Amino acid sequence: MFPADLKYTKDHEWLKPAADGTALVGITQYAQDALGDVVFVDLPEVGASFAEGAEFGTVESVKTVSELNMPSAGEVLDVNMTLADHPEAVNEDPYGKGWMVKIKLTGNLADLLDAKAYEALVSAESH
Amino acid sequence: MSELMKTPLNAAHRALKAKMVDFGGWDMPVQYPAGIIAEHEAVRTKAGLFDVSHMGEIRVKGPGALALVEHLTPNAVSKLVIGQVHYTAFLYENGTFVDDLLVYREGDEEFLLVVNAGNSDKDFAWVQQHAPAFDCTVVNESPATGQIALQGPLSLSILQPLTKTPLEPIGYYFFTHGEVAGIKCLISRTGYTGEDGFELYCAANDTETIWNAVMEAGTPQGLLPAGLGCRNTLRLECKMALYGHEIDDTIHALEAGLGWIVKLDKGPFIGRDALLAAKAAPAPRKLVGFKTLEKRDIARDHMPVVQGGKQTGFVTSAAPSPTCGLNLGLAYVPTGLAKMGGRVQIEIRGRAVEAEIIPTPFYKRTK
Repeated sequence: MFPADLKYTKDHEWLKPAADGTALVGITQYAQDALGDVVFVDLPEVGASFAEGAEFGTVESVKTVSELNMPSAGEVLDVNMTLADHPEAVNEDPYGKGWMVKIKLTGNLADLLDAKAYEALVSAESH
Repeated sequence: MSELMKTPLNAAHRALKAKMVDFGGWDMPVQYPAGIIAEHEAVRTKAGLFDVSHMGEIRVKGPGALALVEHLTPNAVSKLVIGQVHYTAFLYENGTFVDDLLVYREGDEEFLLVVNAGNSDKDFAWVQQHAPAFDCTVVNESPATGQIALQGPLSLSILQPLTKTPLEPIGYYFFTHGEVAGIKCLISRTGYTGEDGFELYCAANDTETIWNAVMEAGTPQGLLPAGLGCRNTLRLECKMALYGHEIDDTIHALEAGLGWIVKLDKGPFIGRDALLAAKAAPAPRKLVGFKTLEKRDIARDHMPVVQGGKQTGFVTSAAPSPTCGLNLGLAYVPTGLAKMGGRVQIEIRGRAVEAEIIPTPFYKRTK
Protein backbone atom coordinates (compact mmCIF):
# COMPACT_ATOMS: atom_id res chain seq x y z
CA MET A 1 0.00 0.00 0.00
CA PHE A 2 2.95 2.37 0.65
CA PRO A 3 5.93 1.20 -1.44
CA ALA A 4 9.19 2.19 0.27
CA ASP A 5 10.97 3.18 -2.96
CA LEU A 6 8.49 5.99 -3.66
CA LYS A 7 8.26 9.58 -2.44
CA TYR A 8 4.85 11.07 -1.65
CA THR A 9 3.05 14.42 -1.54
CA LYS A 10 0.45 15.57 0.95
CA ASP A 11 -1.95 15.73 -2.03
CA HIS A 12 -1.54 11.99 -2.64
CA GLU A 13 0.73 11.90 -5.67
CA TRP A 14 3.76 9.62 -5.74
CA LEU A 15 7.13 10.04 -7.44
CA LYS A 16 9.52 7.22 -8.22
CA PRO A 17 13.05 8.50 -8.84
CA ALA A 18 15.39 6.56 -11.15
CA ALA A 19 19.20 6.59 -11.14
CA ASP A 20 19.31 8.50 -14.46
CA GLY A 21 17.67 11.65 -13.08
CA THR A 22 14.19 10.79 -14.39
CA ALA A 23 11.13 9.92 -12.34
CA LEU A 24 7.67 8.44 -12.78
CA VAL A 25 4.67 10.22 -11.26
CA GLY A 26 1.20 8.93 -10.40
CA ILE A 27 -1.45 8.99 -7.69
CA THR A 28 -1.52 6.80 -4.62
CA GLN A 29 -3.66 3.85 -3.63
CA TYR A 30 -5.41 6.13 -1.13
CA ALA A 31 -6.14 8.74 -3.85
CA GLN A 32 -7.57 6.25 -6.35
CA ASP A 33 -9.73 4.72 -3.64
CA ALA A 34 -11.10 8.12 -2.65
CA LEU A 35 -11.87 9.00 -6.30
CA GLY A 36 -13.60 5.75 -7.18
CA ASP A 37 -13.86 4.52 -10.78
CA VAL A 38 -11.49 6.64 -12.91
CA VAL A 39 -12.91 7.39 -16.36
CA PHE A 40 -10.47 9.94 -17.80
CA VAL A 41 -6.97 11.23 -17.14
CA ASP A 42 -6.04 14.54 -18.76
CA LEU A 43 -2.26 14.60 -19.20
CA PRO A 44 0.17 17.29 -20.46
CA GLU A 45 2.16 17.44 -23.71
CA VAL A 46 5.60 15.89 -23.83
CA GLY A 47 8.15 18.68 -23.42
CA ALA A 48 6.08 20.78 -21.03
CA SER A 49 7.85 21.96 -17.88
CA PHE A 50 6.26 22.32 -14.47
CA ALA A 51 7.30 23.87 -11.19
CA GLU A 52 6.98 21.92 -7.98
CA GLY A 53 3.31 21.87 -6.96
CA ALA A 54 2.06 23.07 -10.37
CA GLU A 55 -1.06 21.48 -11.84
CA PHE A 56 -0.09 19.17 -14.69
CA GLY A 57 -3.43 17.52 -15.39
CA THR A 58 -6.67 16.22 -13.94
CA VAL A 59 -8.08 12.83 -13.10
CA GLU A 60 -11.83 12.36 -13.49
CA SER A 61 -13.88 9.66 -11.83
CA VAL A 62 -17.60 9.00 -12.19
CA LYS A 63 -18.38 11.16 -9.22
CA THR A 64 -15.66 13.79 -9.05
CA VAL A 65 -12.54 15.41 -10.52
CA SER A 66 -9.15 15.98 -8.92
CA GLU A 67 -6.17 18.09 -9.95
CA LEU A 68 -2.80 16.47 -10.47
CA ASN A 69 0.09 18.43 -8.99
CA MET A 70 3.79 17.94 -9.72
CA PRO A 71 5.63 16.46 -6.73
CA SER A 72 8.85 18.13 -7.88
CA ALA A 73 9.93 20.45 -10.71
CA GLY A 74 10.54 18.71 -14.00
CA GLU A 75 10.12 18.42 -17.75
CA VAL A 76 7.71 15.86 -19.17
CA LEU A 77 9.57 13.18 -21.14
CA ASP A 78 6.69 10.78 -21.64
CA VAL A 79 3.02 10.35 -20.75
CA ASN A 80 1.17 7.08 -20.18
CA MET A 81 -0.82 6.86 -23.42
CA THR A 82 -2.49 3.59 -22.41
CA LEU A 83 -4.58 5.51 -19.87
CA ALA A 84 -6.56 7.04 -22.76
CA ASP A 85 -8.20 3.68 -23.41
CA HIS A 86 -7.67 2.11 -19.99
CA PRO A 87 -8.16 4.77 -17.30
CA GLU A 88 -9.17 1.96 -14.93
CA ALA A 89 -5.45 1.08 -14.67
CA VAL A 90 -5.22 3.97 -12.19
CA ASN A 91 -7.63 2.08 -9.90
CA GLU A 92 -6.26 -1.37 -10.54
CA ASP A 93 -2.53 -0.69 -10.36
CA PRO A 94 -1.88 2.89 -9.16
CA TYR A 95 1.87 2.31 -8.57
CA GLY A 96 2.44 0.31 -11.76
CA LYS A 97 0.35 0.38 -14.96
CA GLY A 98 -1.45 3.47 -13.65
CA TRP A 99 1.64 5.74 -13.80
CA MET A 100 0.87 9.08 -15.43
CA VAL A 101 3.97 10.98 -16.53
CA LYS A 102 7.71 10.42 -16.74
CA ILE A 103 9.72 13.56 -16.01
CA LYS A 104 13.28 14.72 -16.13
CA LEU A 105 13.79 15.92 -12.56
CA THR A 106 14.95 19.52 -12.34
CA GLY A 107 13.92 20.08 -8.72
CA ASN A 108 14.82 18.26 -5.54
CA LEU A 109 12.90 15.85 -3.37
CA ALA A 110 13.38 17.69 -0.09
CA ASP A 111 9.69 18.52 0.40
CA LEU A 112 8.42 15.00 -0.27
CA LEU A 113 7.34 12.45 2.32
CA ASP A 114 8.83 9.00 2.67
CA ALA A 115 6.54 5.97 2.90
CA LYS A 116 6.41 6.06 6.68
CA ALA A 117 5.49 9.75 6.89
CA TYR A 118 2.89 9.35 4.13
CA GLU A 119 1.34 6.35 5.86
CA ALA A 120 1.02 8.43 9.03
CA LEU A 121 -0.66 11.23 7.04
CA VAL A 122 -3.16 8.87 5.41
CA SER A 123 -3.94 7.16 8.67
CA ALA A 124 -4.65 10.58 10.25
CA GLU A 125 -6.92 11.58 7.32
CA SER A 126 -8.97 8.41 7.41
CA HIS A 127 -9.79 8.63 11.12
CA MET B 1 -20.19 18.85 13.91
CA SER B 2 -23.28 16.99 15.02
CA GLU B 3 -23.48 13.22 14.92
CA LEU B 4 -24.61 11.76 11.58
CA MET B 5 -27.91 9.90 11.55
CA LYS B 6 -27.75 6.18 10.84
CA THR B 7 -30.20 3.90 9.06
CA PRO B 8 -31.00 0.45 10.50
CA LEU B 9 -28.57 -0.97 7.89
CA ASN B 10 -25.51 1.02 8.95
CA ALA B 11 -23.70 -2.01 10.40
CA ALA B 12 -24.61 -4.08 7.33
CA HIS B 13 -23.01 -1.46 5.03
CA ARG B 14 -19.85 -1.41 7.10
CA ALA B 15 -19.70 -5.22 7.08
CA LEU B 16 -19.92 -5.03 3.26
CA LYS B 17 -16.99 -2.57 3.33
CA ALA B 18 -19.03 0.30 1.88
CA LYS B 19 -17.47 3.72 1.51
CA MET B 20 -19.62 5.90 3.75
CA VAL B 21 -20.35 9.61 3.22
CA ASP B 22 -22.37 12.37 4.84
CA PHE B 23 -25.52 12.65 2.73
CA GLY B 24 -27.81 15.38 4.06
CA GLY B 25 -26.84 14.56 7.63
CA TRP B 26 -27.07 10.78 7.11
CA ASP B 27 -24.16 8.33 7.19
CA MET B 28 -24.82 6.58 3.86
CA PRO B 29 -22.97 4.20 1.50
CA VAL B 30 -21.79 6.00 -1.65
CA GLN B 31 -20.40 2.77 -3.07
CA TYR B 32 -19.38 -0.75 -2.13
CA PRO B 33 -16.09 -2.41 -3.18
CA ALA B 34 -17.45 -3.26 -6.68
CA GLY B 35 -17.52 0.47 -7.46
CA ILE B 36 -20.03 2.86 -9.02
CA ILE B 37 -19.70 1.59 -12.61
CA ALA B 38 -20.15 -2.09 -11.67
CA GLU B 39 -23.09 -1.24 -9.40
CA HIS B 40 -24.67 0.91 -12.12
CA GLU B 41 -24.29 -1.89 -14.66
CA ALA B 42 -25.70 -4.46 -12.24
CA VAL B 43 -28.88 -2.38 -11.90
CA ARG B 44 -29.20 -1.97 -15.69
CA THR B 45 -28.57 -5.63 -16.54
CA LYS B 46 -29.30 -7.69 -13.40
CA ALA B 47 -30.19 -6.09 -10.09
CA GLY B 48 -28.96 -3.80 -7.34
CA LEU B 49 -30.11 -3.36 -3.75
CA PHE B 50 -30.23 0.12 -2.19
CA ASP B 51 -30.76 1.23 1.37
CA VAL B 52 -33.20 4.13 1.19
CA SER B 53 -34.23 4.08 4.84
CA HIS B 54 -33.16 7.71 5.12
CA MET B 55 -36.22 8.78 3.11
CA GLY B 56 -39.02 10.40 5.13
CA GLU B 57 -42.51 8.95 5.56
CA ILE B 58 -45.50 11.06 6.58
CA ARG B 59 -48.92 9.45 7.10
CA VAL B 60 -52.07 11.55 6.66
CA LYS B 61 -55.33 9.96 7.81
CA GLY B 62 -58.90 11.06 8.40
CA PRO B 63 -61.98 12.47 6.66
CA GLY B 64 -59.99 15.55 5.54
CA ALA B 65 -56.88 13.65 4.36
CA LEU B 66 -57.74 13.72 0.65
CA ALA B 67 -58.55 17.43 0.75
CA LEU B 68 -55.28 18.21 2.58
CA VAL B 69 -53.11 16.28 0.11
CA GLU B 70 -55.00 17.85 -2.82
CA HIS B 71 -54.32 21.28 -1.27
CA LEU B 72 -50.60 20.57 -0.76
CA THR B 73 -49.74 18.93 -4.09
CA PRO B 74 -50.32 19.78 -7.78
CA ASN B 75 -51.09 16.26 -9.06
CA ALA B 76 -54.66 14.90 -9.05
CA VAL B 77 -54.82 12.93 -5.81
CA SER B 78 -58.50 12.06 -6.21
CA LYS B 79 -57.61 10.14 -9.39
CA LEU B 80 -55.48 7.70 -7.37
CA VAL B 81 -57.18 4.40 -6.63
CA ILE B 82 -56.35 2.57 -3.41
CA GLY B 83 -53.05 0.78 -4.04
CA GLN B 84 -51.79 3.37 -6.52
CA VAL B 85 -48.82 5.74 -6.21
CA HIS B 86 -47.89 8.92 -8.02
CA TYR B 87 -45.00 11.35 -8.24
CA THR B 88 -45.78 14.89 -7.18
CA ALA B 89 -44.43 17.82 -5.17
CA PHE B 90 -45.02 20.25 -2.35
CA LEU B 91 -44.97 23.74 -3.86
CA TYR B 92 -44.77 27.20 -2.36
CA GLU B 93 -47.31 29.86 -3.38
CA ASN B 94 -44.84 31.05 -6.06
CA GLY B 95 -44.77 27.59 -7.66
CA THR B 96 -41.23 26.67 -6.54
CA PHE B 97 -40.43 23.49 -4.68
CA VAL B 98 -40.63 22.70 -1.01
CA ASP B 99 -39.76 19.14 -2.11
CA ASP B 100 -40.77 16.38 -4.50
CA LEU B 101 -42.43 13.24 -3.20
CA LEU B 102 -44.46 10.10 -3.81
CA VAL B 103 -48.08 9.87 -2.66
CA TYR B 104 -49.38 6.38 -1.81
CA ARG B 105 -53.15 5.96 -1.52
CA GLU B 106 -53.57 3.53 1.36
CA GLY B 107 -57.33 4.02 1.71
CA ASP B 108 -60.19 6.38 0.90
CA GLU B 109 -59.03 8.58 3.78
CA GLU B 110 -55.38 7.54 4.24
CA PHE B 111 -52.22 8.55 2.37
CA LEU B 112 -48.53 7.84 2.83
CA LEU B 113 -46.25 10.65 1.64
CA VAL B 114 -42.62 9.69 0.95
CA VAL B 115 -40.24 12.64 0.93
CA ASN B 116 -36.53 13.34 0.62
CA ALA B 117 -34.34 12.62 3.65
CA GLY B 118 -32.75 16.06 3.75
CA ASN B 119 -36.15 17.79 3.59
CA SER B 120 -38.01 15.44 5.89
CA ASP B 121 -38.26 17.78 8.90
CA LYS B 122 -39.14 20.79 6.72
CA ASP B 123 -41.79 18.72 4.89
CA PHE B 124 -43.34 17.41 8.08
CA ALA B 125 -43.55 20.95 9.46
CA TRP B 126 -45.09 22.10 6.13
CA VAL B 127 -47.80 19.43 6.26
CA GLN B 128 -48.47 20.09 9.95
CA GLN B 129 -48.72 23.82 9.31
CA HIS B 130 -51.53 23.32 6.79
CA ALA B 131 -53.28 20.39 8.48
CA PRO B 132 -55.37 22.23 11.13
CA ALA B 133 -57.85 23.44 8.50
CA PHE B 134 -58.52 19.80 7.56
CA ASP B 135 -60.00 17.02 9.63
CA CYS B 136 -57.07 14.60 9.70
CA THR B 137 -54.05 13.41 11.66
CA VAL B 138 -50.46 13.80 10.44
CA VAL B 139 -47.82 11.40 11.74
CA ASN B 140 -44.10 11.44 10.99
CA GLU B 141 -43.30 7.74 10.60
CA SER B 142 -39.74 8.28 9.33
CA PRO B 143 -37.85 7.12 12.44
CA ALA B 144 -39.95 3.95 12.71
CA THR B 145 -39.67 3.02 9.02
CA GLY B 146 -36.97 1.25 7.03
CA GLN B 147 -36.91 1.13 3.24
CA ILE B 148 -34.92 -0.82 0.69
CA ALA B 149 -35.09 -0.60 -3.11
CA LEU B 150 -34.49 -3.67 -5.26
CA GLN B 151 -33.94 -2.39 -8.80
CA GLY B 152 -33.09 -4.02 -12.11
CA PRO B 153 -34.53 -6.45 -14.65
CA LEU B 154 -34.10 -9.47 -12.35
CA SER B 155 -35.92 -7.82 -9.42
CA LEU B 156 -39.09 -9.82 -9.84
CA SER B 157 -37.38 -13.18 -10.13
CA ILE B 158 -35.22 -12.43 -7.09
CA LEU B 159 -38.07 -11.21 -4.90
CA GLN B 160 -40.89 -13.61 -5.82
CA PRO B 161 -39.48 -16.67 -4.00
CA LEU B 162 -39.35 -14.58 -0.80
CA THR B 163 -43.05 -13.73 -0.74
CA LYS B 164 -46.48 -15.35 -1.19
CA THR B 165 -47.77 -12.09 -2.68
CA PRO B 166 -48.00 -12.45 -6.46
CA LEU B 167 -45.68 -9.71 -7.73
CA GLU B 168 -46.30 -9.91 -11.46
CA PRO B 169 -49.83 -8.38 -11.20
CA ILE B 170 -48.53 -5.30 -9.34
CA GLY B 171 -48.41 -2.62 -12.01
CA TYR B 172 -45.75 0.08 -12.31
CA TYR B 173 -46.54 2.73 -9.68
CA PHE B 174 -48.89 0.42 -7.77
CA PHE B 175 -48.34 -1.23 -4.39
CA THR B 176 -49.73 -3.78 -1.99
CA HIS B 177 -49.12 -5.04 1.53
CA GLY B 178 -47.59 -8.43 2.14
CA GLU B 179 -44.77 -10.33 3.75
CA VAL B 180 -41.24 -10.64 2.44
CA ALA B 181 -39.02 -13.18 4.21
CA GLY B 182 -41.68 -13.36 6.90
CA ILE B 183 -41.60 -9.61 7.52
CA LYS B 184 -44.67 -7.42 7.03
CA CYS B 185 -44.05 -4.73 4.47
CA LEU B 186 -45.46 -2.40 1.87
CA ILE B 187 -44.40 -3.72 -1.55
CA SER B 188 -44.26 -0.94 -4.13
CA ARG B 189 -43.38 -1.30 -7.81
CA THR B 190 -41.51 1.99 -7.99
CA GLY B 191 -37.96 3.25 -8.12
CA TYR B 192 -35.48 5.94 -9.01
CA THR B 193 -33.33 4.12 -11.55
CA GLY B 194 -35.43 3.74 -14.71
CA GLU B 195 -35.52 -0.04 -14.29
CA ASP B 196 -38.22 -2.40 -13.11
CA GLY B 197 -38.03 -2.93 -9.38
CA PHE B 198 -39.61 -2.86 -5.97
CA GLU B 199 -39.35 -0.58 -2.99
CA LEU B 200 -40.08 -2.31 0.32
CA TYR B 201 -41.14 -0.37 3.41
CA CYS B 202 -41.05 -2.11 6.76
CA ALA B 203 -40.58 -1.51 10.49
CA ALA B 204 -37.12 -0.06 11.11
CA ASN B 205 -35.93 -3.00 13.19
CA ASP B 206 -37.03 -5.52 10.53
CA THR B 207 -35.05 -3.83 7.74
CA GLU B 208 -31.89 -5.87 8.16
CA THR B 209 -33.82 -9.17 8.00
CA ILE B 210 -35.34 -8.23 4.63
CA TRP B 211 -32.05 -6.78 3.36
CA ASN B 212 -30.18 -9.98 4.21
CA ALA B 213 -32.88 -12.21 2.67
CA VAL B 214 -32.85 -10.25 -0.60
CA MET B 215 -29.04 -10.17 -0.70
CA GLU B 216 -28.91 -13.93 -0.18
CA ALA B 217 -31.57 -14.64 -2.81
CA GLY B 218 -30.11 -12.22 -5.35
CA THR B 219 -26.35 -12.64 -5.08
CA PRO B 220 -26.30 -15.91 -7.09
CA GLN B 221 -28.16 -14.05 -9.86
CA GLY B 222 -25.69 -11.16 -9.95
CA LEU B 223 -27.33 -8.77 -7.50
CA LEU B 224 -24.94 -6.20 -6.03
CA PRO B 225 -25.47 -3.89 -3.07
CA ALA B 226 -25.68 -0.44 -4.66
CA GLY B 227 -24.79 2.94 -3.18
CA LEU B 228 -25.78 6.55 -3.66
CA GLY B 229 -23.08 7.04 -6.30
CA CYS B 230 -24.79 4.83 -8.87
CA ARG B 231 -28.23 5.91 -7.68
CA ASN B 232 -27.25 9.36 -8.94
CA THR B 233 -25.88 8.23 -12.32
CA LEU B 234 -28.90 5.96 -12.85
CA ARG B 235 -31.45 8.68 -12.15
CA LEU B 236 -29.48 11.23 -14.20
CA GLU B 237 -29.61 8.97 -17.28
CA CYS B 238 -33.41 8.90 -16.87
CA LYS B 239 -33.70 12.67 -16.22
CA MET B 240 -35.30 12.10 -12.84
CA ALA B 241 -35.13 15.28 -10.76
CA LEU B 242 -33.09 15.53 -7.58
CA TYR B 243 -33.95 18.19 -5.02
CA GLY B 244 -31.10 20.71 -4.71
CA HIS B 245 -30.18 20.13 -8.36
CA GLU B 246 -32.99 20.22 -10.95
CA ILE B 247 -35.55 21.50 -8.44
CA ASP B 248 -35.42 23.73 -5.37
CA ASP B 249 -37.09 26.79 -3.89
CA THR B 250 -35.90 29.03 -6.76
CA ILE B 251 -37.24 26.90 -9.65
CA HIS B 252 -40.90 26.40 -10.45
CA ALA B 253 -42.54 23.20 -11.58
CA LEU B 254 -43.12 24.18 -15.23
CA GLU B 255 -39.57 25.30 -16.04
CA ALA B 256 -38.34 22.07 -14.41
CA GLY B 257 -40.20 20.17 -17.13
CA LEU B 258 -42.61 18.76 -14.56
CA GLY B 259 -45.78 20.14 -16.12
CA TRP B 260 -47.07 16.55 -16.21
CA ILE B 261 -47.47 16.52 -12.42
CA VAL B 262 -49.30 19.86 -12.44
CA LYS B 263 -53.05 19.45 -12.95
CA LEU B 264 -54.18 23.06 -13.18
CA ASP B 265 -57.79 22.01 -13.77
CA LYS B 266 -58.10 19.88 -10.62
CA GLY B 267 -59.11 22.81 -8.40
CA PRO B 268 -57.16 24.98 -6.00
CA PHE B 269 -53.79 23.93 -4.60
CA ILE B 270 -50.80 25.81 -3.22
CA GLY B 271 -48.83 27.29 -6.12
CA ARG B 272 -51.63 27.05 -8.68
CA ASP B 273 -52.05 30.80 -9.27
CA ALA B 274 -48.32 31.29 -9.85
CA LEU B 275 -48.18 28.36 -12.26
CA LEU B 276 -51.25 29.61 -14.16
CA ALA B 277 -49.47 32.94 -14.61
CA ALA B 278 -46.22 31.19 -15.56
CA LYS B 279 -48.04 29.15 -18.16
CA ALA B 280 -49.43 32.30 -19.78
CA ALA B 281 -46.00 33.98 -20.06
CA PRO B 282 -43.10 32.49 -22.02
CA ALA B 283 -40.62 30.81 -19.68
CA PRO B 284 -37.20 32.53 -19.77
CA ARG B 285 -35.31 29.29 -19.13
CA LYS B 286 -35.73 25.60 -19.68
CA LEU B 287 -34.19 22.38 -18.37
CA VAL B 288 -32.40 20.52 -21.18
CA GLY B 289 -30.17 17.49 -21.55
CA PHE B 290 -26.73 17.88 -23.10
CA LYS B 291 -23.60 15.98 -23.99
CA THR B 292 -20.18 17.55 -24.20
CA LEU B 293 -18.38 16.90 -27.46
CA GLU B 294 -14.90 15.97 -26.25
CA LYS B 295 -14.05 13.03 -24.06
CA ARG B 296 -11.96 15.22 -21.76
CA ASP B 297 -14.80 17.70 -21.21
CA ILE B 298 -16.67 16.31 -18.23
CA ALA B 299 -19.21 18.75 -16.86
CA ARG B 300 -20.19 18.60 -13.19
CA ASP B 301 -23.08 19.76 -11.02
CA HIS B 302 -23.47 23.56 -10.69
CA MET B 303 -21.01 24.58 -13.44
CA PRO B 304 -22.01 27.74 -15.35
CA VAL B 305 -23.54 27.73 -18.83
CA VAL B 306 -21.94 30.66 -20.65
CA GLN B 307 -22.35 32.65 -23.84
CA GLY B 308 -19.77 35.18 -24.93
CA GLY B 309 -18.11 35.11 -21.52
CA LYS B 310 -21.38 35.80 -19.68
CA GLN B 311 -23.25 33.29 -17.57
CA THR B 312 -26.67 32.49 -19.04
CA GLY B 313 -27.56 29.33 -17.15
CA PHE B 314 -26.22 26.54 -15.00
CA VAL B 315 -25.67 22.80 -14.94
CA THR B 316 -27.90 21.03 -12.43
CA SER B 317 -26.40 17.54 -12.60
CA ALA B 318 -23.70 16.08 -14.83
CA ALA B 319 -21.46 13.03 -14.93
CA PRO B 320 -19.86 10.55 -17.28
CA SER B 321 -22.75 8.16 -18.09
CA PRO B 322 -21.83 4.51 -17.54
CA THR B 323 -24.66 3.21 -19.76
CA CYS B 324 -24.37 5.69 -22.63
CA GLY B 325 -20.59 6.13 -22.56
CA LEU B 326 -21.02 9.89 -22.96
CA ASN B 327 -20.40 12.88 -20.72
CA LEU B 328 -23.98 13.88 -20.01
CA GLY B 329 -25.72 16.53 -18.01
CA LEU B 330 -28.85 18.53 -17.36
CA ALA B 331 -28.83 22.32 -17.40
CA TYR B 332 -31.06 25.36 -17.30
CA VAL B 333 -30.47 27.38 -20.45
CA PRO B 334 -32.26 30.40 -21.97
CA THR B 335 -35.39 29.18 -23.75
CA GLY B 336 -34.12 30.59 -27.05
CA LEU B 337 -31.16 28.18 -26.92
CA ALA B 338 -33.17 25.16 -25.81
CA LYS B 339 -33.42 23.47 -29.22
CA MET B 340 -32.54 19.86 -30.06
CA GLY B 341 -29.13 19.79 -31.69
CA GLY B 342 -28.41 23.32 -30.52
CA ARG B 343 -25.08 24.24 -28.95
CA VAL B 344 -24.37 25.79 -25.60
CA GLN B 345 -21.08 26.39 -23.83
CA ILE B 346 -20.24 25.12 -20.37
CA GLU B 347 -17.45 26.57 -18.32
CA ILE B 348 -15.30 23.77 -16.93
CA ARG B 349 -12.58 25.07 -14.59
CA GLY B 350 -12.27 28.35 -16.49
CA ARG B 351 -12.49 26.83 -19.98
CA ALA B 352 -15.66 27.26 -22.10
CA VAL B 353 -16.40 23.94 -23.84
CA GLU B 354 -18.99 23.01 -26.45
CA ALA B 355 -22.05 20.98 -25.54
CA GLU B 356 -24.89 19.77 -27.73
CA ILE B 357 -28.50 19.68 -26.58
CA ILE B 358 -29.82 16.15 -27.01
CA PRO B 359 -33.13 14.38 -26.32
CA THR B 360 -33.99 13.18 -22.82
CA PRO B 361 -34.30 10.83 -21.09
CA PHE B 362 -30.80 9.78 -22.13
CA TYR B 363 -31.74 6.19 -21.33
CA LYS B 364 -35.05 4.38 -21.50
CA ARG B 365 -35.46 0.69 -20.75
CA THR B 366 -36.65 -1.36 -23.72
CA LYS B 367 -39.61 -3.19 -22.22
